[in-house]
Amino acid sequence: MNAPAVRESFDVIVVGAGPAGSTAALLCARAGLQVLLLERGEYPGAKNVSGAAFYGSAILNELIPNWWEQAPVERYICRRDIAFMSSTTSVALDFHCAGEGYTTPPYNGFIVLRPRFDRWLAAQAEAAGAFLLTSTVVDDVLRDAKGRVAGVRVRREQGDIHGKVVIACDGVNSFLAKKVGLQREFHAHELSLGVKEVLGLDPAIIEDRFRLSGDEGIAYEYLGAITEDVHGGAFLYTNRDSLSLGVIGQVSSLVERRKRPYELLERFKAHPAVAPLVRGAKLREYSAHLIPESGWTMKPTLYTDGMLVAGDAAGFCLAAGLYLEGMNYAMQSGLAAAETAIDACRQNRFSARALGAYQKNLKRRNVSTDFRAYRHAPAFVNSARLQNLYPEVVASGMEQLFRVDGNPKRKILPLARHLMRQYQLKPGEMLRDGYQMMRAYLW
Amino acid sequence: MVMTTHEEKMRTVRFRVAATPHIVVNSEVCRDSGCSLRACVYVCPANLFVPLDDGGILFNYEQCFECGTCYIACNQEGAIRWSYPDGGYGVTFRES
Ligand SMILES: Cc1cc2nc3c(=O)[nH]c(=O)nc-3n(C[C@H](O)[C@H](O)[C@H](O)COP(=O)(O)OP(=O)(O)OC[C@H]3O[C@@H](n4cnc5c(N)ncnc54)[C@H](O)[C@@H]3O)c2cc1C
Ligand code: SF4
Ligand code: SF4
Repeated sequence: MNAPAVRESFDVIVVGAGPAGSTAALLCARAGLQVLLLERGEYPGAKNVSGAAFYGSAILNELIPNWWEQAPVERYICRRDIAFMSSTTSVALDFHCAGEGYTTPPYNGFIVLRPRFDRWLAAQAEAAGAFLLTSTVVDDVLRDAKGRVAGVRVRREQGDIHGKVVIACDGVNSFLAKKVGLQREFHAHELSLGVKEVLGLDPAIIEDRFRLSGDEGIAYEYLGAITEDVHGGAFLYTNRDSLSLGVIGQVSSLVERRKRPYELLERFKAHPAVAPLVRGAKLREYSAHLIPESGWTMKPTLYTDGMLVAGDAAGFCLAAGLYLEGMNYAMQSGLAAAETAIDACRQNRFSARALGAYQKNLKRRNVSTDFRAYRHAPAFVNSARLQNLYPEVVASGMEQLFRVDGNPKRKILPLARHLMRQYQLKPGEMLRDGYQMMRAYLW
Repeated sequence: MVMTTHEEKMRTVRFRVAATPHIVVNSEVCRDSGCSLRACVYVCPANLFVPLDDGGILFNYEQCFECGTCYIACNQEGAIRWSYPDGGYGVTFRES
């Protein structure tokens, strides 16, 4: 492949043009630094998969005012629906907000498609002066005589490129962080596999079926038997003229249960609560990607001499039942890394000690604070009882509560006692789970 | 259609196939270790691992999503050698 001429040295080299990398490159370029943004895909986004409900609108708005007017967004999210499923029943919490900031700028969230969104975001970094090089795999870092990271080696002829700071935004598998010894190998219970489909559907049908007008959109999240006995969940989002839906399963539990992810996807679409939503839609693209699920416990050492790690590569993906937020934290940590790199360049100091300011910047950007606060949530969400038992109990309880069959009506307390017997729930375990839940989400 | 077979799903994905494989499965390791888990066969979203009667694995890299699930799931040292394809090659998502 013919490589375009690349200068041999940059202030900052950013690896990976996902939301973390492009945001970091944008900020560094605006500060007047020489920035190289490297991406292995044919274009930014070509390798990337999300739902994608993007909750980073306010953050992006600080960088690019009214960004949604020029970016490829699908719909803004003014409704969210969280459903607990058994194989036949669904109990949902329906959230609809027409309030300030949800249906008005800066909008709380947008549904986006990554190949389009990432491409646009990387173009913004380019417009700010960053040099984007696609179709380029970074294989390793370069080190100087003292062993400090001093650039990257790309898989091209004359592939050594020097940089004062390398920011690794290379996503969940982050080979770079592992090569440098900042990250360990992951276990199968720390990662989930997401399989997704984009299904084309006429916008008029979408608006009718989901009761949306104009650019409104809805995000559905599903917990419980939707993934059978595999730990995970499912989602369904409305795009402009398509639906994005997918199933997420913890890798270790897919292995244990010997379940194929695409078969779970088919069963999800066939569920009686989901089938009418997807009726008549036509498959446009199937995709798959890993998700770092364990948050805080997957956090690598975030910096070393000459290098910082951000985004999924740093485990900054909040995957905890109520939340699946990675893109916004990727951007927030990308900004924190950029701020650190900009200061380092100003002071001309690139030691681990100087780059240690990253921790403070992550805190200021509310990244480390959020992940610390929710550090107990991933384990709680992935516990067997929460995954398989409780959604089933809730669904079955509602089903019995609403059933009218001529038998005497049970009040809620006797019904609860009956359910506890039926599902062999132990009060001690329930108390402990209740405590775990509160520790994960309440305080 | 809403409901699709795995083959139909894969037909919607664009791949620019590189000349050399980015993932190599050492079938001898699968066979000699007597791997009974066969995690790769179940988890691969592209269904690229075909179990053989002799305990080995038949693998083709061409329609791979580069997700990394196989090497995370496999617990036999040396069975899977994994890297990214050359820049610009491999899977290219357009919609997801
Ligand atoms: C099925 C699914 C659904 C999700 N849903 C949501 C959602 O609804 N909302 C949300 O906020 N988050 C969601 N996430 C999480 C979100 O996708 C990630 O947290 C987010 O993409 C992380 O951004 P990033 O920039 O850190 O990494 P990535 O987006 O993964 O970007 C990394 C980039 O680096 C490039 N790269 C990697 N290695 C190299 C290399 N060696 N050389 C050159 N380039 C390289 C890649 O090609 C890629 O472009 C979801 C994830 C999945 C899998
Ligand atoms: S690749 Fe790994 S999981 Fe698959 S058969 Fe071989 S040893 Fe087993
Ligand atoms: S990387 Fe993913 S798609 Fe490719 S072979 Fe492994 S599991 Fe299958």
